[in-house]
Amino acid sequence: MSTMTQEAPFRPAVTPDPSVTAVPFSRLLRVELRKLVDTRAGFWLLAAIGIITLAVIVVFLFAADADQLTYLNFVAATATPQSLLLPVLGILAVTTEWTQRTSLVTFTLEPSRARTAVAKLVAVVLVGLLAVGVALAVAALGNLAGMALQDGAGTWNIEAAGVRDFFVLQLIGVVQGFAFGMLLMNTAAAIVLYYVLPIAWNVLFSLVGALEDAAPWLDLNTAIEPVYEGNTLQGDDWAHVAVSGTIWVLVPLALGVVRLLRREVK
Amino acid sequence: MIIVEQLTKRYGAFTAVDRVSFRAEPGSVTGFLGPNGAGKSTTMRMMAGLTRPSAGHSTILGVPYERLPNPGRHVGVLLDASAQHAGRTGREVLRLGATVMGLPRTRVDEMLEVVGLSGSEGERRIANYSLGMRQRLGIAHALMADPQVLILDEPANGLDPAGIHWMRGLLKSFAERGGTVLLSSHLLHEIEVIADHLVMIGRGSIVADGSKAALLSSVGTLVRGLDARALGRSLDDAGFAYTTTTDQAYVVAATGEQIGTAAVRAGVVVTELRAADGAGLEDMFLQLTSDDAREKVSA
Repeated sequence: MSTMTQEAPFRPAVTPDPSVTAVPFSRLLRVELRKLVDTRAGFWLLAAIGIITLAVIVVFLFAADADQLTYLNFVAATATPQSLLLPVLGILAVTTEWTQRTSLVTFTLEPSRARTAVAKLVAVVLVGLLAVGVALAVAALGNLAGMALQDGAGTWNIEAAGVRDFFVLQLIGVVQGFAFGMLLMNTAAAIVLYYVLPIAWNVLFSLVGALEDAAPWLDLNTAIEPVYEGNTLQGDDWAHVAVSGTIWVLVPLALGVVRLLRREVK
Repeated sequence: MIIVEQLTKRYGAFTAVDRVSFRAEPGSVTGFLGPNGAGKSTTMRMMAGLTRPSAGHSTILGVPYERLPNPGRHVGVLLDASAQHAGRTGREVLRLGATVMGLPRTRVDEMLEVVGLSGSEGERRIANYSLGMRQRLGIAHALMADPQVLILDEPANGLDPAGIHWMRGLLKSFAERGGTVLLSSHLLHEIEVIADHLVMIGRGSIVADGSKAALLSSVGTLVRGLDARALGRSLDDAGFAYTTTTDQAYVVAATGEQIGTAAVRAGVVVTELRAADGAGLEDMFLQLTSDDAREKVSA
């Protein structure tokens, strides 16, 4: 209790201390990265992404035929579990501020909500990149193990474009989750809508034959399907990703930012 | 120094805060008093840039809150001690705050020590904290950067008597060193013992604002009669200004002699006649509280 009273001189403060400068972005980013892992939910989500990635590699190693044990197939095996879990990371990064009401402290320490939002987005993108990096590394180990243990083909059959598309696929997921979280500001609603809406949308397009041509333009899952099929994204595919990505990622993100800037923090 | 000018917040047709103006001076503790739902928290959120005012503005150290560089270094804010992630430890919360504000990590342990959450308590998750412990953590967070201004919303809530005593000492010494303290409460007695200056709010508007000494000192003469209505008429006839207390007495802007004379003239029996020693403030506060209570019943 004594530390507050040790510097005794009376100093009636009527103006801000001029030596104090704005919070640099690097510190905001550090805090947002730390917030992703310093709770049980955050820690176990990241741990789960790592463990499940490892698990699918091991399962694939022992379940697949020897001629299927190529680097591309190992990488592809990690795509589905990661694309299911990484968006949750993006969602939680924003929604916990509201469900746990930490936004009260966050935005009193940094009144620029836009800066905080950017720091959060950069943080989840960095973790997303890391997760994909881990997946590529674990897949490489799987491929080596395949050659050693299972007499696997072991082909390093993935081009730079394939790696790039793999990153694009997962980053779209993370940012889309983030955008849904920003817009809905509620964990349950964001998670449910994130998974249910695209499925409903997908069903709609497969039921209504007339919409089939429009599907890759309007449905993000259809647009990125080539990546799951082991193909690289070509000219038309990029246009599809750009248009449907705008609808499903950028528009919710923009609306979410507007909502964040206007919202009363309580 | 905090200056609040004409702050107003409307939610549709409802005006939660109505043209609120006051100042909190350096070197003093300003108590922001009002019943629950009077607009204290909304006013404080507007001061911290969390709620956009419908009209009016406020400054801290002469600057709007949003324009303070690294505001945590200038203003310690505690708006709701329970608004913390239940899954974080107390130490982690302070560590996040220290990182944003750019404070050395040693400050975290120092502050845990200051607020009495040292040792294993700092390592516990906030889900397992009592409200009193959350308040201590919130106060630690607010004081961590050794700011010049403190804004605390109901900081005594949940603290035990020893904790309240401790906080009182902490805030007094903070003000004695030149700091500005604004703290809110819905309990008059809690504020009375600590504040130098009182601002009272009821239904969104300021109803009293002044030094504690002035507000609590004589504010007129208290008179009570057998027939309250007849006594009231005699005061009207004599042309005195007065307020009616909740227990059928009157606080009158006149001397005892003047009131006694008026009562005799009207033939009213007076049962109590004395200086209204600060009862005015308490009565005003009770009135505010009971008005709101009535409103809830009829709603």
